[in-house]
Amino acid sequence: MELTGPEQHRAPQDEAERAGFLSPNWVTARLDDLVNWSRANSLWPMAFGTACCAIEFMATAASRFDLARFGMERVAYSPRQADVLICAGRLPFKLAPVIRRVWDQMPQPKWCISMGACASTGGIFDNYAMVQGIDTIVPVDVYVPGCPPRPEGLLYGILMLQKKIKGETVFDPDLRVERLADQQGLFLEPAAVDELSEPFGNSIHQTRSA
Amino acid sequence: MAALRSRFGAAVERTTVLLGASVVSVARERAHEVLAWLRDAPDQRYDYLVDVTAVEYRDRERPLELVYQLRSLPRGVMLRLKVDLAKDRPLEVDSVVDLWRGADWLEREVWDMFGIRFRGHPDLRRILMWENYAEGHPLRKDFPLRGRFSRSEQVRRALGADLQAHYSMEELSIAEAYDAVPADVRERLLGGEQER
Repeated sequence: MELTGPEQHRAPQDEAERAGFLSPNWVTARLDDLVNWSRANSLWPMAFGTACCAIEFMATAASRFDLARFGMERVAYSPRQADVLICAGRLPFKLAPVIRRVWDQMPQPKWCISMGACASTGGIFDNYAMVQGIDTIVPVDVYVPGCPPRPEGLLYGILMLQKKIKGETVFDPDLRVERLADQQGLFLEPAAVDELSEPFGNSIHQTRSA
Repeated sequence: MAALRSRFGAAVERTTVLLGASVVSVARERAHEVLAWLRDAPDQRYDYLVDVTAVEYRDRERPLELVYQLRSLPRGVMLRLKVDLAKDRPLEVDSVVDLWRGADWLEREVWDMFGIRFRGHPDLRRILMWENYAEGHPLRKDFPLRGRFSRSEQVRRALGADLQAHYSMEELSIAEAYDAVPADVRERLLGGEQER
C-alpha cells in the first residue's frame, strides 16, 4: 500500500515497512493512557438517589447540564452494568445494607462519588437513624460538597474523578482489590468508623444525651 | 362534648376548646368504647381517623398522651381525643383497628416511636425502624439523639441486617394472588425470597 505523510518521501527500508507497518493507521501509546482514557470517558453512573441531591443529579443528567458530554450517556439503574456509584442524598442505617449490596454487585473497575453534605458526613442529621458518611460503608473516591451541590458542583466532581482515573495504573495490584467485610461484618476498623462518625462543627457542642 | 359527658360521665376527664378545635381527654379503659360510640352514634359519625400519634412531655411526672385526631366527613367537624397513659403502668391501650382499618400503620408507628402497645392489633411490628432495631423507641424523651450504641456498633448492626427480612409476604401485593399462582411459585413465596 502507499505510504502517506512524511514517510512517503522515504523508500521502504525492509519487508515490514513494505507490508505497511508504518502506516499512520497505527498508533502507539502507553497501555495505562489508553485504558484510563477509555475508562474515564465511558463512565456509567449508578445513581443511588435518596434525597434532594437526587433532584440536582437529575438536573445534571438532563439537557441543560447534560452528563452525556462526559461519556455518561447511560445512567445505569442496574449495578451490574455500572462503573460509578453516585450516592445522592442522606443514607439512613436502614439503607446501609442496600447500598453495600449495590456496591458489591458492581463489577471492577468501579468508583464512588459521595454527593452532598449528608452522604459525605451525615450533614445536619447527626442522629440515631443516619449513617455519618457513606465512607463508613463503601470506599469513596470523590466527595462533592454542598447542600445540595449545584449541577456544576457535581460535574466538577465527575471531572475530578476522571482526572483521578487518568492517574491510575492497571499494573497496581492493590488498586482494584475488593475490600470484603471482616468477621464483625464491618469494612473498616470499629475505631475508624467511630472516628469518621465523630460530630464536627456546631454539633460538637451537643453531648450524646442531648 | 356535652353529649359525650352525659353519656360517659367520669370517663371524660377534661374537655377544652383550643384554637377552635375540640379536645377531649378520656380514661384509657374506656377509650375504645368512647371511640366506637363516636364513630357509630348517628349524631356523631366520626367516620375518618385522621391520625394516631403520641406526645411525651419534658416533665417526667406528666403522663404520655395518646392522641386520636378524628374527622366526621358528613358533618365536616374535627375532634381531638386524648388518652393519658401514666408511666408507672405498662403503656397499653386497646387497638382501634377493628373500628378504622387505617389505624393499622398509624398504631404501628406509635408503637415503633413511643413503645405504646396496642392490645388486639393484628400485626404490631416496627414500621419505620427495621425489625432487629434494638435501641428502643426513638421519640421517647429518655432516648439519646444519637442512639444508645456507638456509631461502629450501629453500622455493624445495620450491615448485618437481613435485607429480605424487611418485607413479609403479607406486605407484598402478590400475597393477594397467592391462590392463583402456580404451585412452585407458591412454595417459593412461603420460603421467602431467600438466596439459594
